[in-house]
Amino acid sequence: MARVGVFVCFCGANIADFVDVPAVVEEVKKIREVKYAVYYKYMCSDPGQQIIKDAIAQYRLTSVVVAACSPRMHEKTFRRAVSEAGLNPYLLEIANIREHSSWVHQKNKKAATEKAGDLIRMAVAKSIANEQLHEISVPVTKRALVIGGGIAGIQAALDIADAHIPVVLVERSPSIGGRMAQLDETFPTLDCSQCILTPKMVDVASHPYIELIPYSEVIGLEGYVGNYKAKIKKKASYVNFSLCTGCGACTQKCPVKVPNEFNMGIDKRKAIYTPFPQAVPNKPVIDAEHCNMLLKGKCGICSKVCEKGAIDYTMKDEVIEREIGAVVVATGYDLWDPKPYEEYGVGRFKDVITSLEFERMVSASGPTGGLPIRPSDGKVPKTVVFIKCIGSRDEAKGIEYCSKICCMYTAKHAILLHHKVHDSRAYVFYMDVRAAGKGYEEFVKRAQVETGTTYLRGRVSKIYKMGDKLMVRGEDAQLGQVVEIEADMVVLATAIIPYKTNPALARLLGISYDKYGYLSEAHPKLRPVETAKAGIFLAGCTQAPKDIPDTVAQASACAAKVCGIFSGDALKKDPMISVVNPDYCSGCQNCVQVCPYQAITTEEIPITRGSKETRTVAKINEGVCQGCGSCAAVCRSMAISLKGFTDSQIINEIVSI
Amino acid sequence: METQEKEVKGSVQSAENPGLTAPADWQPVIIGILCNWCSYAGSDLTGTSRIQYPPNIRIIRVPCSSRVDPWFIIKSLQATADGVLISGCHPGDCHYIAGNYYARRRFLVIKNLLNFVGYHENRVQFSWVSAAEGAKFAQVVAKVTDDIKKLGPLHRYKKENF
Repeated sequence: MARVGVFVCFCGANIADFVDVPAVVEEVKKIREVKYAVYYKYMCSDPGQQIIKDAIAQYRLTSVVVAACSPRMHEKTFRRAVSEAGLNPYLLEIANIREHSSWVHQKNKKAATEKAGDLIRMAVAKSIANEQLHEISVPVTKRALVIGGGIAGIQAALDIADAHIPVVLVERSPSIGGRMAQLDETFPTLDCSQCILTPKMVDVASHPYIELIPYSEVIGLEGYVGNYKAKIKKKASYVNFSLCTGCGACTQKCPVKVPNEFNMGIDKRKAIYTPFPQAVPNKPVIDAEHCNMLLKGKCGICSKVCEKGAIDYTMKDEVIEREIGAVVVATGYDLWDPKPYEEYGVGRFKDVITSLEFERMVSASGPTGGLPIRPSDGKVPKTVVFIKCIGSRDEAKGIEYCSKICCMYTAKHAILLHHKVHDSRAYVFYMDVRAAGKGYEEFVKRAQVETGTTYLRGRVSKIYKMGDKLMVRGEDAQLGQVVEIEADMVVLATAIIPYKTNPALARLLGISYDKYGYLSEAHPKLRPVETAKAGIFLAGCTQAPKDIPDTVAQASACAAKVCGIFSGDALKKDPMISVVNPDYCSGCQNCVQVCPYQAITTEEIPITRGSKETRTVAKINEGVCQGCGSCAAVCRSMAISLKGFTDSQIINEIVSI
Repeated sequence: METQEKEVKGSVQSAENPGLTAPADWQPVIIGILCNWCSYAGSDLTGTSRIQYPPNIRIIRVPCSSRVDPWFIIKSLQATADGVLISGCHPGDCHYIAGNYYARRRFLVIKNLLNFVGYHENRVQFSWVSAAEGAKFAQVVAKVTDDIKKLGPLHRYKKENF
């Protein structure tokens, strides 16, 4: 029979003033299973804990009830004390007589005392049904998967690899670098983007702990924290990277020209191409959608000029598998298509361009050699109008949120324009200038003062053509006047949107995403880099719009989280999870449907021992189960029980009142 | 006849069974089943903030409102409780992604069932209380206690009562 010890705390005066503790103890002693009951001033103090430890030995207690503050406060303290006395820590129950009785019924001592007695009776009844539980130990594969090779993925991969943990870095395009590689200079310091990024890219390629898999996509992920198995599709590049020297002869001779995505379509690339000169790895790939040889079977020039014989037109997509323990998702962002802004002449007027197009133009390695030019006639613009919040903060046409970086890069563009075209004049139409960040407000001031950029608060209503000029008609809300500016070029600061494959990727990884397609963090404030699925982390704009410093900080935070998981040989887990009794399981699979973590699968077991016939029963993956108990509540045959909160424990509590 | 009327005046009548009465100072027993992450933490906050509420509720902690098996509710009503309160995280805030949505759906069904067998709809109530809503928890408990007091003692559906 159960032998329960009850230890009631005064909590100084917190409990004792409002609950007649000695009376409660006398009342509790009447319960059949209670072999020992005592009160003390502070049970959580060292002497208080010693009372518990001594009593466990002296009265051979099989479970312990501490009536004190909330279990959320001192459950761990008392569990440790109990286990130090040789009793399983999960044989402890707490009766919350402070938060739930003495503090909330301060004007009614009789009722508070009665309630405290009931709460203890419930805890005693529950503790009788408590079982010994042991922490679960889950083995860990010490290898991380980083999805996305932009600055977020690069930073996370480098930080993890520097801790001597192997990293698999998967990038969908032929080169790592991401959006940052497309930038010319970065705010607020005007550092050259390529100059600070390319060394990191080279580090990734040469790092002994990083396996870089470019031109590939993650197409499957199975398992749970510490024990994932990722399927990666290596897209056919038609170039044998181990033979290719990156000499570039093939890209020079290729006769097919297609718009260059890296330069936002301003110039052309070939069908066999490296995205940009500093690409890592610096090996070309063949674009199968445009290659004459692959489409029509005619051409083969690249193969003829390749001295190494690295071109292989028969190459097929290949699926590889990697065992990993944690995932960092860093898929980055895309730009919102400003087509709905018809009144700005998007698509009709060639000289209305997007910010990233402008960025490529002013880039020294860009398609125009670092000089902004009008796409219509190739002339250098003297008057440029920048319009912010294109798509951002626009519920009617775009998205509701603020894209966060446009205020800053527009200020940067105004400065860069001035640097490239000294006699130019820049106008910025804005709704608000949001420059919260180190050195950001100063940077905007610099754009306004140093380069004489005119900031006009208001929206542009219309852009129309007059001769070869663009007439920008808008409102200066501060003057309360309509203004019209004769511009040579208009640059639209388009909103950041999540990469279009995010929802599909989220479903594949088993994590959640919001209505825009951004991947959701576990908690917006306190767990901003974790997802709801253990072992999967988020870095960069895949979670929300961010600038480079924030992205890098989040990527390093991910790396710290990953290193934390890999710090031991096994992960320790709370044992309060669900278990299936296969003898009772009818195989209805209700539990499979309600599990929010996909922790329940089915397995076939023999109908009777040694029988060849099998039946289906539920199987819970203890590495994935978080212990919510949804499955236990829907189980019709009561085959599932949630350890620590079993049916008998809770029913015991209910009937003991 | 007169004496009978007097008795009824000084007592509380059960909403489900007019023949069942209790003395006027009768106190109902209410079982509260709270999820660990929001409502239980909220009830702790009520205590820490010293907000007073009626002492009739007895609180049981479960990890998630989705852990609440309808059996627990029925067993509570059958054993001692005159009313039951289930409380979980606000929709969208579930610690276990979506457990409170399951709880909400399951609760609608059990509530209809209890109505069908003759229980007043206020006997079993459901609420969302977050970990920051200590004051709200006190209000919820006060309201539920008040509702149950009006409903009077519960006619227990046990063999001997038929």
